[in-house]
Amino acid sequence: MSRTPPPIAFSRPRAGEQPPYLHEPYGSTIKRAPRRPPVPLPHTLSEVTGPNFAGDWAGVHTTDLTRPGGKGEAQGQRIIVAGQLLDEDGKPIPRSLVELWQCNAAGRYLHDGDVHDAPLDPNFTGYGRLMTNDQGEYRFLTIKPGAYPWRNTHNAWRPAHIHFSLFGNAFATRLITQMYFPGDPLLATDPIYNSVPDQSARRRLISDYDAALSEAEYALGYRFDIVLRGRTATPMEQ
Amino acid sequence: MSRRSPTPSQTIGPFFAQGLGPGWPDLTEGITGGERIAVEGRVLDGDSKPVPDAMLEIWQADAQGRYPGPRAASESGAPARSATPAFRGFGRALTDPRGQYRFTTIKPGRVPGAGGALQAPHLNLTIFARGLLRQLTTRIYFAGDPSNDTDAVLAAVADPAARRTLIAARQGGSSQTVPYRFDVILQGEGETAFFDI
Repeated sequence: MSRTPPPIAFSRPRAGEQPPYLHEPYGSTIKRAPRRPPVPLPHTLSEVTGPNFAGDWAGVHTTDLTRPGGKGEAQGQRIIVAGQLLDEDGKPIPRSLVELWQCNAAGRYLHDGDVHDAPLDPNFTGYGRLMTNDQGEYRFLTIKPGAYPWRNTHNAWRPAHIHFSLFGNAFATRLITQMYFPGDPLLATDPIYNSVPDQSARRRLISDYDAALSEAEYALGYRFDIVLRGRTATPMEQ
Repeated sequence: MSRRSPTPSQTIGPFFAQGLGPGWPDLTEGITGGERIAVEGRVLDGDSKPVPDAMLEIWQADAQGRYPGPRAASESGAPARSATPAFRGFGRALTDPRGQYRFTTIKPGRVPGAGGALQAPHLNLTIFARGLLRQLTTRIYFAGDPSNDTDAVLAAVADPAARRTLIAARQGGSSQTVPYRFDVILQGEGETAFFDI
């Protein structure tokens, strides 16, 4: 058997920068959080490799959510959501799959399980996907999602948010997160947002209003850069 | 360059199906060769109730123990050798109202592990659901595979009962596709062993 160097591991999260599994203010964690701590696993080839979506086999790109059928236009305030996918060293992650989903302007998801008494929008499905470009950048045109009530506690409302799904280059870099909007008063009491113990880490979930990204007389721009775990050392380029 | 901090995880929530479904539960499309297997089971919560709003993803090597993609070859330090053409090694399945999922794939070969020793065949599994603020990560090993006894990751799970939760049980039945059962118990009695990766 040939001697091969062990793969270069990905960094581990620092204390408080990721949410715990059990966070009692978010009621759904109570019966779903494991009781035993996870077993630490040194990274092997299984963790440092990951799926590759080149060739669009995962589906065609959908970057304009405001005209899903190519006909009517979605209700709501048009926004541009754009940013860069990076690793912890600030290195862009090119050609990586980004998926997003959100509710409509009235706060209703296109989902059978969403029973919120708010109108569905026949011109909005709330789903987008793309591959980042060579600079790791992405850009979607959508509408600002509404806040919606949920039954976590009496009169609880989720702050407006957009769900993001990211892969990076490895099984170990997989991330699903939510992007919030600056100045949203519902953030202060939202148990999901506040599940991240470290305040500066939490704030990285809030997008920045970016006037340079806005399009005059058309759409407001919000910038949301997403940082995935980086290596503990630089791999050899081959 | 200054070090940046990773973006925190947030729950997938209950309403992802329109965006992320129906997934890619069949990894055998366009593939010939390899031992065809089906892995199915249920996701259950701490009250043994089905979790109907979970998403599972698997990442695996091909039948020869090669992960797809150019990165895999360079990471292993081995001469570049491509994995089975068209084999993507990645699957995604959403649980149904009874909490059930199913993947159809091929049994992976053995890949290098710590110190160059080969690992036992396994599927790397990620679970997302409402109520999980971060994904859970585990591995699916295969009952009856002799290499399970020497696998370093299985050995790292000290409690034998917890270790057994990582072994998919071989089911009777179908001749073409070997069925395995693997339940994911999020909490409590029979709780699946999860990994911090």
